[in-house]
Order: sequence, then structure tokens, then C-alpha cells
Amino acid sequence: MNNWPLWEIFIRSKAGLNHKHVGSLHAADADMAIQNARDVYTRRNEGVSIWAVESKYLTASDPDDSDPLYEPAKDKVYRHPTFYNLPDEVKHM
Amino acid sequence: MNHLYNYTLQQADNCLILGQRLGEWCGHGPVLEQDIAMTNISLDLIGQARMLYQYAAEIQGEGKSEDDLAYLRDAWDFKNVLLVEQLNGDFAKTIVRQFLFDSFNCYFYEALKSSNDENLAAIAAKSHKEALYHLKWSGDWVLRLGDGTEESHERIQSALNALWSYSGEIVIPTEADQAGLETGFGVDLNAIKTRRDSKVREVLEEATLTIPESTYSHSGGKEGKHTEYLGYILADLQFLQRAYPGNEW
Repeated sequence: MNNWPLWEIFIRSKAGLNHKHVGSLHAADADMAIQNARDVYTRRNEGVSIWAVESKYLTASDPDDSDPLYEPAKDKVYRHPTFYNLPDEVKHM
Repeated sequence: MNHLYNYTLQQADNCLILGQRLGEWCGHGPVLEQDIAMTNISLDLIGQARMLYQYAAEIQGEGKSEDDLAYLRDAWDFKNVLLVEQLNGDFAKTIVRQFLFDSFNCYFYEALKSSNDENLAAIAAKSHKEALYHLKWSGDWVLRLGDGTEESHERIQSALNALWSYSGEIVIPTEADQAGLETGFGVDLNAIKTRRDSKVREVLEEATLTIPESTYSHSGGKEGKHTEYLGYILADLQFLQRAYPGNEW
């Protein structure tokens, strides 16, 4: 069981919301990954849908590239839609 | 003799004792994910036991609570089948015991949903969903271990051989089962036996396991005649309430 691959788990907390990364776990295959995720990450009623992706298929940005990738966005306040008044009925914005 | 009371206790005791047994794995599971899976199932079973004990206490009408029934009865009052009190053994043995129980439990609750006793029907409706998952979990593990490595195959085959003679008791009708069938609050165990046998056969065959030929069945648990293990389980389970009566969390 030590050589079971690692899986990244994404949970949709309720219909209409997006899946969010909640953590990772080990499993022998995709079916077991879903079952393990059900047992580990939804036992307190956290979700209605699970995605499992084997970790090796994820590509991550390099922390060393942080400056060129993310710094430039910090002072572009005009890119935020904060100049609109949102009606109260609009949720999850 | 109140048949409805005994009938409710039979199932409550099965759930409590197996839940307690599975709970022994807490912190000792082969991997973290399965440790949690087993304790989840353990808590599901204890939850089912609680609902049934609460109802049994109500039927009894002596002002007792679910705790009295779980913590203050002795081994000879327990009506669980011998299967659920068997030792955890290795992971393979726990899986076989669980699969033999789940394959009953799932069809039992499915049928009990049609009980003419509305409390039992409601408890069955809630528990059936849990039992469906338990059966999927244990059935999948029977397949994985049976059709896995040479070692896993050997271990689960020997677990199956050891537990096989304990699998039949649960579908042998007691007086309470018979009364339940006739009155309509209980299920038809013969119908459940047929469905369960075919499910068990199907999974074991797919798992490349050899089904033992013996048809001998241990029994007695439902009448309070237990193996030596139950006393030890109760010693663990009941110690606190016996030593500190009425103590609460």
C-alpha cells in the first residue's frame, strides 16, 4: 500500500457551486480514490460531488516565477469590478 | 414475550456489536483512508443501533433508555448473531465478516422499509442508504483482495473458510422473526436469504475465491448463547457505565 499513487481531491459543496480542492490522499485506482475521498472528506456533509485527479497529472506554476506572474496584477485596481453596485439577490460573487 | 421487542433488539444488537468490533480498528487501519472508512461504518452501525434501542425501550415501556439496553444487559440477553462478535483478525478477515453482514443488512433494510410498523419502516429507510454503501465498500474489498496478490488471495480465502460457518445464522428465523413475518412488522428471511446468497456467490466468484462446500451453520447467538468473545466485548463496551453508573459525556 506504500506504492499507491497520490490523488488530489476536489469537492463540490452544493449544486451550483464549483469544485474546490480539499486535499490529497492515497488510493490504488480511480474508483478507490473516489471512495476514499467520500470517507475522508465528505463525512461531515461537506459535499455532493467529488473529482479525483492523480497528482502526477497536475501542472503547477513555479514559485520562482511569482514576481513576473503575479506582481503585475497587484496595482491594477481597475480590473476589479468594485465600481458596480451588486443587487443583494446576487450570491456567491 | 414481546416479539416486536425481541425483533428490534436482534437487529440492534447485531449493529452495536459489529460497530464496537469495527471501532477496534480506530487508529490501527492499514492506511489512513481505510481507518476512517472503517470507523465511519462503525459509527453508522452504532447510529442504527441507537435508533433501534430507543424504539425497543419504548416498546418495553419500563421507562428505560437506549443506554440501559446497550450497557446494562448481560451476554445472555444479547441477541446478536455469532458472526458479528468474531475477532477482527487481519484486514481480510474483517472484510469477509463485514461483507457477509452487509450482504444481509442491505437486503434486510430494503425489505423492512415495507414493514407495517412505521417506526421500523422509518429506521429502515434511513439505514438502507448507509447499508448500500457498506456493501459496496466491503464487496469492493473482497474483489480487490481476492483478485489481488497471491498473499491477499490466500489471506481472504482463509478468512472466508474460517467465517463461512458463521454466515448462515442471520437468515435462520427465530420465534420473533416468524411472528414478524406473520404479523407484517418483519421481513421474509427466506426471500432475503435467496437474494443474499446470489449476491455473495456473485462477488466471491468474481473475486476468484473458492466458496466452501460445508453447509454447517453455527447458531445460538439469537437466543443468547454466545461465543467466548462477547464477554470480552461487553467488558470493554460496558465498563464505564458499570463502574460509574449514569455517567455522561
